Amino acid sequence: MESLSNKKKVLEQKPLSFMERMYLPAIAKGMGITISHLFKKEATVRYPEVEREFSANFRGMHSLKRDENGKERCTACGLCALSCPAEAITMIAAERKTDEKHLYREEKYAATYEINMLRCIFCGLCEEACPKEAIYLDGPIVPADYLRKDFIYGKDKLVEAPLEMKK
Amino acid sequence: MDTGFIIEKFILVAVIFGISLVIAMYSTYAERKVAAYLQDRLGPDRAGPFGILQPLADGVKMFMKEEIIPTTSNKWLFIVGPGLALLCACIGTAVIPWGSPMEIGGKIVPLQVADINVGVLYIFGVVSLGVYGVMIGGWASNNKYSLLSAIRAASQNISYEIAMGLSIIALLLMTNTLSLKTIVEQQHGLNWNVWYQPLGFLIFMICSFAETNRAPFDLPECETELIGGYHTEYSSMKLGFYLFAEYINMFVSSAVMATLYFGGYNYPGMDYMATLLGPTWAPLFGVGVFFFKIVFFIFFFMWVRWTIPRFRYDQLMNLGWKGLIPLAIANIIITGVVIAIIEKF
Repeated sequence: MESLSNKKKVLEQKPLSFMERMYLPAIAKGMGITISHLFKKEATVRYPEVEREFSANFRGMHSLKRDENGKERCTACGLCALSCPAEAITMIAAERKTDEKHLYREEKYAATYEINMLRCIFCGLCEEACPKEAIYLDGPIVPADYLRKDFIYGKDKLVEAPLEMKK
Repeated sequence: MDTGFIIEKFILVAVIFGISLVIAMYSTYAERKVAAYLQDRLGPDRAGPFGILQPLADGVKMFMKEEIIPTTSNKWLFIVGPGLALLCACIGTAVIPWGSPMEIGGKIVPLQVADINVGVLYIFGVVSLGVYGVMIGGWASNNKYSLLSAIRAASQNISYEIAMGLSIIALLLMTNTLSLKTIVEQQHGLNWNVWYQPLGFLIFMICSFAETNRAPFDLPECETELIGGYHTEYSSMKLGFYLFAEYINMFVSSAVMATLYFGGYNYPGMDYMATLLGPTWAPLFGVGVFFFKIVFFIFFFMWVRWTIPRFRYDQLMNLGWKGLIPLAIANIIITGVVIAIIEKF
């Protein structure tokens, strides 16, 4: 029957010719191919020393942002935690004291903010949910560690460095 | 037999033993590097510069690992197996002439442990003994996969030994001797046997791939069918012994191929070099050339391993019995006829 797509290819199983049955020409050809790979550039990236260049929308480790005055943007609204499909984010909110005005942008702030990097799937939904533009997944790859507890990143690791330290 | 003789031989044995162990050690490293570069990777490069200390790290790992002897195994044979495999691999180096006799302090020292007049036969004997290590280990493990693998190894070695022996007979028709030293001396300069016996060399090489259980004939270690093959139950340094034995076997068969067909320590322009370097250094240069050939063959073994897929068991037997043996016999007949014609006229 005529095939509709016209892509059908009928393969014929021919008996091997003498040259094919000798194996050796095919083996020589294959060895030529492998030896040519000896002189090709290796695809390996020596990771800890050399890092692969990431695309612009690569999602790595989270960072909690500061505003232009160096105040923490996060108001502990909990939308990121709510949006997180892996339930990796927890936080405890606190009220800002008057003498802390230079530290936090609004009256409420996150006293503790923890992300479990073993749970996180780096989907970026927290980034999208945040109304204050406080969290971005713009960091490097989360490094390996030995203990599970060390993968729960607190504010000490997540919050951006203060402005003066950045300079 | 004087003390000097014993000391001389003792030093030679120690040096050859050390060299073959070091070469086997670095073959594991080279194997991984060659595999990596043929696959556009880098291979081990963490231990020391370029990963040069990787074999040491592997060795330490092998020694530190827990050693398990299965309760249902035959304990005595389980321990003997890897030892025998390593022993048989090592004693093959005894008859190989590493270089032409060297002059040290006015004394002529032959660079060969034993120049026996049945050197080729000795090599064959040792190589066939090597399969006992595999068989004993596979049987003593009391594991069906190990046993199947041991059976495969045995039948493969027996089948390919015939073709190997027949390919050698054609060579022996030309050399008229079984002494490896004489065979090498006949190949002075570039007068190598491979020019006269290309088909014989090809058969011999294919058979040595099968004898050393290397790809594409590594059916005893075929992991898709037999898990780890005959060393499935082995752990720690006993496993290390088996792997080591395989690499030493590779080294020895590379040396035998270089000796029988590629002129051993002979190289073009060796007479000129002999007058240039003197009787002490010229043989050493020859040893270097010989080792260059050996290293090339080891590289060739690896190159083939990372190119050609494994044969199926029936294909292996077909190739051995229906392909190589008739070819080897035809080679003997042709060689015999040619020699007879040359002698007649």
